[in-house]
Amino acid sequence: MASPDPGKLSEPRARQAGGLIEPARAAVHPPLVNLRPVNYVFDLGRAMSIWPMTFGLACCAIEMMSASMARWDLARFGAEVFRPSARQADLMLVAGTVVKKFAPLVRRLYEQMPAPKFVLAMGNCAISGGPFKFEGNYSVLEGVDQILPVDVYVPGCPPRPEALLEGIFAIQKKLTGHRFWPQPAPVEDPAFGAAPAAVQEGESR
Amino acid sequence: MDISLLNVIKLLLALLAIIVLLVLNSVVMVWLERKAAGFVQRRPGPYVVGPHGLLQTVADSVKLLAKQIVLPGSSDRLLFLSAPVLAMFPMFLIFLVIPYGPWLTGLEVNLGLLLILAFTGLETLAVIAGGWASNNKYSLIGAARCVSQSVAYEIPLILALLALAFMCGSLDLTVITEAQSGWVWRWNIFRQPLAFFIFVITCFGETNRAPFDLPEGESELTGGYHTEYSGMGFALFFMAEYTSMMLVSFLAAVLFFGGSNGPFINGFWWTFLKMGLFMTFMIWVRWTFPRVRFDQLLNINWKWLLPLGLLNLWVTAVVLKLF
Repeated sequence: MASPDPGKLSEPRARQAGGLIEPARAAVHPPLVNLRPVNYVFDLGRAMSIWPMTFGLACCAIEMMSASMARWDLARFGAEVFRPSARQADLMLVAGTVVKKFAPLVRRLYEQMPAPKFVLAMGNCAISGGPFKFEGNYSVLEGVDQILPVDVYVPGCPPRPEALLEGIFAIQKKLTGHRFWPQPAPVEDPAFGAAPAAVQEGESR
Repeated sequence: MDISLLNVIKLLLALLAIIVLLVLNSVVMVWLERKAAGFVQRRPGPYVVGPHGLLQTVADSVKLLAKQIVLPGSSDRLLFLSAPVLAMFPMFLIFLVIPYGPWLTGLEVNLGLLLILAFTGLETLAVIAGGWASNNKYSLIGAARCVSQSVAYEIPLILALLALAFMCGSLDLTVITEAQSGWVWRWNIFRQPLAFFIFVITCFGETNRAPFDLPEGESELTGGYHTEYSGMGFALFFMAEYTSMMLVSFLAAVLFFGGSNGPFINGFWWTFLKMGLFMTFMIWVRWTFPRVRFDQLLNINWKWLLPLGLLNLWVTAVVLKLF
């Protein structure tokens, strides 16, 4: 699936965050040169250098850090450049529980990022509120997709670093239309049950 | 220097070659830096984009080229946009005067060392312009740090290089290179070891590299002076950092390691080889040492390097007078 306009990868679900804040919109600018091969080269460049923002909210951030360290080495795919400034980042890794008090800041950080930008909701809390989703929940945002247009959801509590890598591959696939790396064979270990489901792609419209 | 057509063509060709050199340097060195970081931290580093990640920097440049440039609403527009260009601009002139080989110099001037020291100061100006124009507290603090650090570290640097100029009797880089011809022990690193020691430490301070990368210390200042820069503005600042790294490496090669004089078969390849080795050394240092605190940084400078530089200069002067 070749997407000519990466800014339009996905729009926020029009759910309201409990009347808290408005959902953010991806800043979409029509490309200056709107030619298919040119856009493909740019998309390829974007897919091969996804710089995440140094930004972790809860325990999923530990898995994010370990994905960038020696064993799982995010650097192999050019994604290890964690930029502390939102202005230089491409990917917002929402790694953890978004409480309602912090939600406006998350949205502001997202809006500070320059245009081709992606959001990866990592872990059950960022996807749906996870264990905090219950009757009478007053403090936790039930899914970051209420305020941000999420491109890829990586389930798990927390997801393993491999799952995060798969999430980044899913963004690459959304950008360029194909997966560049070999699909790992599913491990069938009777001790752990069946292999976990593959990373779900977000809804793209 | 007479302004004849031939000279103008030669100058233009040299400028073109320098632009190519600077771009290639950034592309290769960013890749090498990330690979070296991987090597130090026992991981492969960029690996799959091209053979051993060789095309990684190309992908990064393509991405940065196509990234939106955010102009903060409260910024000084003109200054904000011109600061990254200003950071790169003086470099072209500086690289003209470096003697790469016996016959390979863009522009022969007899005050080359002075010219280089004068024009490296312009990069500080670009940083403070960027930091001020961003209208962001982190940028401004980063820029202020950069200025106080650069001003402080320029003094021992000049003292160390002055001792060299005393010894060779010239500020002409070609003359300094020729004074080191012969065999390896004629190199200035063996005749002026203390000056070399001071030079190495001030190099890191001048280029804002770790362990002295306080102007962009991300643990306290998010991105330092380039916090508000996105896309190509950030890329140009990044390029300027690698270019100033290459500049001090060329200076080290020419001033201390004999420039184009090698153990055998003199030529420009020795200058480039020594430059590459010194840059690798700088990368190695970056990924090995933790960042210092700002008071420690200034203490190293004012309490140790400055007296050492004065001592070195004094001893050099006395020895030159007596013998």
